[in-house]
Amino acid sequence: MRGRENRFLLLMVAPAIVVGAAFFLLPLARLAVVGATGKLGFAAYTAVVTNPQYFQALASTIVLSVTVTVATLVIAGIAGVFLERNHFLGREALISMLTLPLAFPGVVVGFMVIMLAGRTGLIGEITSTFGAGRLVFAYSIAGLFTGYIYFSIPRVILTIMAAAEKLDPALEEAAKSLGANPWRVIVDVILPALKPALIASGAICFATSMGAFGTAFTLATDIKVLPIVIYTEFTLLANIALAAALSMVLGVITWATLALSRVAAGATAAAAG
Amino acid sequence: MNGKVGTAIRLVDCAKTFPNGTRALDKTSLEMRGGETIVFLGPSGCGKTTLLRVIAGLESPDEGGRVYFDDEDVTSQPIEHRNVGMVFQSYALFPNMNVGDNIAYGLKVHGVAPDKRAKRVDEMLRMMQISELRERRITELSGGQRQRVALARAIAVQPRVLLLDEPLTALDALLRERLRIEIDVLLHSLGITAAYVTHDQGEAMAIGDRIAVMNKGAIVQTGSPREIYYKPASSFVADFIGTMNRVTGTLRDGALELPGGRIDWADQQGSGEMQVLFRPNDARIVDDARAPLRGVVEQQFFLGDRTRLHVTGVADRTVVVETTEHREFRVGQSIGLRIEPGALLRLRD
Amino acid sequence: MRRPPYFWLQLAFTLLVCSFLLVPVFMSIVAGLTENFFVGVKSGFTTRWIGVVWELYAPTIFRSMYIALATLAVTLVVGVPAAYVLAKRPGMMTRMIEEFLVLPVAIPGLAIALALIITYGGFRDFRTSWGFILVGHVLYTLPFMVRSVLAVLSSFNFQVLEESAASLGAGFWRRFFGIVLPNARSGIVAGALTVVTLSIGEFNLTWMMHTPETMTLPVGLADSYASMRLEIGSAYTLVFFIMITPLLVALQRYGVQSTRTRKGA
Repeated sequence: MRGRENRFLLLMVAPAIVVGAAFFLLPLARLAVVGATGKLGFAAYTAVVTNPQYFQALASTIVLSVTVTVATLVIAGIAGVFLERNHFLGREALISMLTLPLAFPGVVVGFMVIMLAGRTGLIGEITSTFGAGRLVFAYSIAGLFTGYIYFSIPRVILTIMAAAEKLDPALEEAAKSLGANPWRVIVDVILPALKPALIASGAICFATSMGAFGTAFTLATDIKVLPIVIYTEFTLLANIALAAALSMVLGVITWATLALSRVAAGATAAAAG
Repeated sequence: MNGKVGTAIRLVDCAKTFPNGTRALDKTSLEMRGGETIVFLGPSGCGKTTLLRVIAGLESPDEGGRVYFDDEDVTSQPIEHRNVGMVFQSYALFPNMNVGDNIAYGLKVHGVAPDKRAKRVDEMLRMMQISELRERRITELSGGQRQRVALARAIAVQPRVLLLDEPLTALDALLRERLRIEIDVLLHSLGITAAYVTHDQGEAMAIGDRIAVMNKGAIVQTGSPREIYYKPASSFVADFIGTMNRVTGTLRDGALELPGGRIDWADQQGSGEMQVLFRPNDARIVDDARAPLRGVVEQQFFLGDRTRLHVTGVADRTVVVETTEHREFRVGQSIGLRIEPGALLRLRD
Repeated sequence: MRRPPYFWLQLAFTLLVCSFLLVPVFMSIVAGLTENFFVGVKSGFTTRWIGVVWELYAPTIFRSMYIALATLAVTLVVGVPAAYVLAKRPGMMTRMIEEFLVLPVAIPGLAIALALIITYGGFRDFRTSWGFILVGHVLYTLPFMVRSVLAVLSSFNFQVLEESAASLGAGFWRRFFGIVLPNARSGIVAGALTVVTLSIGEFNLTWMMHTPETMTLPVGLADSYASMRLEIGSAYTLVFFIMITPLLVALQRYGVQSTRTRKGA
């Protein structure tokens, strides 16, 4: 009787497997092969390290993503813990507003950055009013940085809030009763408890920034981040093999980051539990 | 539907090995008479739930095992064709339906017409005395109410056999006691064949026409509650059900000699050192002067309806004695005991 | 109750973060309704730009909507049963299938799009149809549906509900449709909202995969940002906000949880 049921179950999971195999595994395998069959051959894969131009792009993408991750964790960490632990009038509204940009795609986020720091942006308006000249940074790496933290803050705030919700107030009270000052409470109690959430959301933030394309595209920035380089190689230079190789490298980096973070977050959660 | 009440159940050589290699049930054969309530009693992991699930059709027995409902071989029938009623420990009521729809579910599946369905649901609600709950959501019910709905739902389809898996375990003690009585009355008034799984010996005693005590995947003894209690077949059964004293004495000249005296035991064969068992309430407190056994009260526990004494000096180890006398005992007080030879047990193992 | 000073400090900080997120949204809404943004609101309000957007980009709006609905349909049919199987038979095998099904989330959309173009670009009719975009969107959103349903199914013991339905005579499909699906509803709703929201806003894959005939709303947005005046881009963004806000409000009510792991700037 179990055999019949197993046949039904197989039937039910089969479409997902077929879709995944035909439109994900197979294309990804093709991508990997195509990457190694250009005029560079397999060297296309090492080009990201050996070619100064690509290496430069990879390095600046990584530096940018790490900076974005750290900044987002700090900003969203402070706001998230605050919102979870304090109850005041308008809190719910504030949370809804903070999570509103959750569904904005990268292109729209890029446009938001233009609104803030573009040639007619708010920040330039303010600085010129104060006689400091028009500050425009939307189209530089600072603009990208702004866009990526704009994109990441709502997501990370939600994760932090969920983790902070599970914080046992007794732990904090115990620390205080033992004479810990607020700073020590943060370092010894709150941060360790939030660690799994910080690792997980930090990894997602990093991987997202590594692969982000829409924001950079909208800002038409001169900064050569890896996704833009891939796009340029593919569409403008028709260097398909190299684009394939670079995107494989990018995919491996983001996948490995997320996989490692799950292991790390799992380990910390287990150690804390 | 319309399964006749009182189906006899027969298991032949049913064993169960799970895919991961765990042997949950050894080869087991068992007969349940129609209308009988049998309780599978044992510690957790003894295989009692697996046995129930084999009867239900939720697990198929290993190769060679057969399950019969009356004379029909149902071994290869999945549970949905066996027409069994099941009550789960977690009740497993459907949260997406209200009380009435839960009870009607089985009838609907069996294609009973809506008006007949409604009548049957009414009848069930009345029987379980929960008519006012008909429109309630499951989440609004207390544990006891859920239990009644679960019973009503299982019985509504007039199943051939009712299977109850630890149905009272999730309830508090008082409610458990009350529902235990109600279930007992219900099962016998319906005349339905029922299998009841529990780890609680009190429940087993109260509900079972017969008890099958299980251990490590096998039935170790089957019998009426009295047989199981007073004539345990093994030390496992003796220890699992109630408190049992276990003392060593010497049989000589038709009497068992213990450090605290002797018990006449004329009909007992043989001689020499032996281990015997007796229940705490089989040792009666008698006048100290003429008592065949003497000991000293080491501790006393007042339990309300009875008093439990730990007595030293009677045997090679402390024995437990229970009395319904109202008086208070003193620690260190000397008391006399009498144990009828008929209450003494010798076990093979 | 008196608040300590650092409460006000943190509140001020949080409000600053909030204004960082919302001020540009507000500005773009105003810009979309202003006659001339360079002059400012004193140039007067108008719906003219929205009219222009409608004229130029109406097809992208409808296309995005029906691609989102088609994506939803496919992820429901493919993802929900798959999640059920994964929840029903936990083990090595299903664990691996689950990993495989959610893998596309970990790979940048750009890479997936390239892979799809390289593999299926040769089939011209498919390449130029909206079905090609649909494939990309399904691939990208399926993990969210699977995870959302799986999370709900893991949160209660649906197996014993099924056993109990089976004991009452219900067969496999009757149990699936009558017991499993209704009780997994919250996960399905949350998953559905996530899928539609993601599909409507998807850019990374779609930009690479689209043809002039299969341009979607975000692709149109990028196009307008690059080549139209600011007011038109803003008005178009406003249209996008209007489409996405109800979905977001619903998501905040039904399933914020399941959106946590999404990515794709």
